[in-house]
Amino acid sequence: MDTRSNFHQSLEGLQADLLNMGKKVEGLIHDAVQSLVNMDKQLAEEIVASDDLVDDMLLSIEESCLRLIALQQPMATDLRIISTALKISTDLERIADHAVDIAKVTIRLSGQELIKPLVDIPLMAEKAREMLVQSIAAYTERDVDLAASLAQKDDEVDHLYGKIFQEVRGMMGTDIEDNRQLIHLLLVAQYLERVADHTTNIGESVIYMVVGKRKDLNV
Amino acid sequence: MEKTLTQTSTSKIHVEKLNLFYGTHQALFDVDIKVKPQSITAFIGPSGCGKSTFLRTLNRMNDLINGVTINGKVLVDNEDIYADTVDIESLRKRVGMVFQRPNPFPMSIFDNVAYGPRLHGTSKKAQLQEIVERSLRQAVLWDEVKDRLHKSALGLSGGQQQRLCIARLLAVEPDVLLMDEPTSALDPISTLKVEELSQSLKSSYTIIIVTHNMQQAARISDTTAFFLNGKMVEVGETNSIFTAPKEKQTEDYITGRFG
Repeated sequence: MDTRSNFHQSLEGLQADLLNMGKKVEGLIHDAVQSLVNMDKQLAEEIVASDDLVDDMLLSIEESCLRLIALQQPMATDLRIISTALKISTDLERIADHAVDIAKVTIRLSGQELIKPLVDIPLMAEKAREMLVQSIAAYTERDVDLAASLAQKDDEVDHLYGKIFQEVRGMMGTDIEDNRQLIHLLLVAQYLERVADHTTNIGESVIYMVVGKRKDLNV
Repeated sequence: MEKTLTQTSTSKIHVEKLNLFYGTHQALFDVDIKVKPQSITAFIGPSGCGKSTFLRTLNRMNDLINGVTINGKVLVDNEDIYADTVDIESLRKRVGMVFQRPNPFPMSIFDNVAYGPRLHGTSKKAQLQEIVERSLRQAVLWDEVKDRLHKSALGLSGGQQQRLCIARLLAVEPDVLLMDEPTSALDPISTLKVEELSQSLKSSYTIIIVTHNMQQAARISDTTAFFLNGKMVEVGETNSIFTAPKEKQTEDYITGRFG
């Protein structure tokens, strides 16, 4: 018998809110990279505008967490669910910020032709997005193994970032405009690398929530 | 082999395989615990789980109940308190108890605190005054009562009465304070005062508190033990017990998924 069913329903509501936020942020990352690949300025501007929405989602989750801590004095798993929600929502908000960063690159480069078709950046973006989906699935399913396996994918993303870095360095020349574009593309790769790192943070939070012990997934 | 005080352990209290029966009904099953000196240990668990019964075995208060049998070992400072040679009065002086409801004697505040020392042979006025003031200060009650020491203790508020009972206990210089739900009859502010008091006493005493208030256990104790159906299910650092307990029964109890 659950003697705190109202409280536990509120916790489920909190988790549903976090899931919604995760889905929203996943869409933003996907769209941000699409806006760059297709040089779609309009889509990029929509992404920039939706940042406020994600910030509101974060604030609302934070408020729910603080309210539950203050009014319900949660303990053990309940406490870990709430502290995890605080951390994951912060990671999601940062990921959304990076989606906005990428969209802003699209806006800056709009009207220019890309020096070369983007190959590794979409690949990296797809992996980072997959990691986000996986981290959220690990959260929903309380799946520690799924969360732990993010570490390997993060290594793949890091490897791609290294590859893009080398490529950009090799293409740097004397044309200032080209160099400017290359720097922006390198920044995009960096943003995606950070997105992947945030998903490993989410994975670590999930592991702590489920088993109560910390595990570093980004070594 | 000769027994020495330091031979077996650095624990203030060391209990091994303690079983207790009320007649034929077994109330405690193989309880083991080591309590560090200068620490606060909280016992939590639902009503009837054995936590108060266990607390009372630590200064042999259960001896007063007919039909109680106990086996196992309870060592205080490595001395078996159930040995035939133990003087119960001196044991209860070393291991004192504070009860659920404050129980001041119907006499003055001064006489309440001086009661124990007088019983143990202190009669000089100056010495008694010194003990009373020191004990009331330790119990963080002195400033509130110093001008009315010779008024009846029954005129104090519930929270003051409970701190008076703690002062009365401190006057006989115990090592261990057993507190059986000491704040369950107090208002929230008095409760916090007793909690603060426990924290300040920790540096000189070993404190064990039985509480129904899990937040209280979380706030003040270093170690928490969870009892269920006469068994000590889990004992560990308070921080771990309330953030990530090892046992599912503990988890279910402290998160309220338990009926």
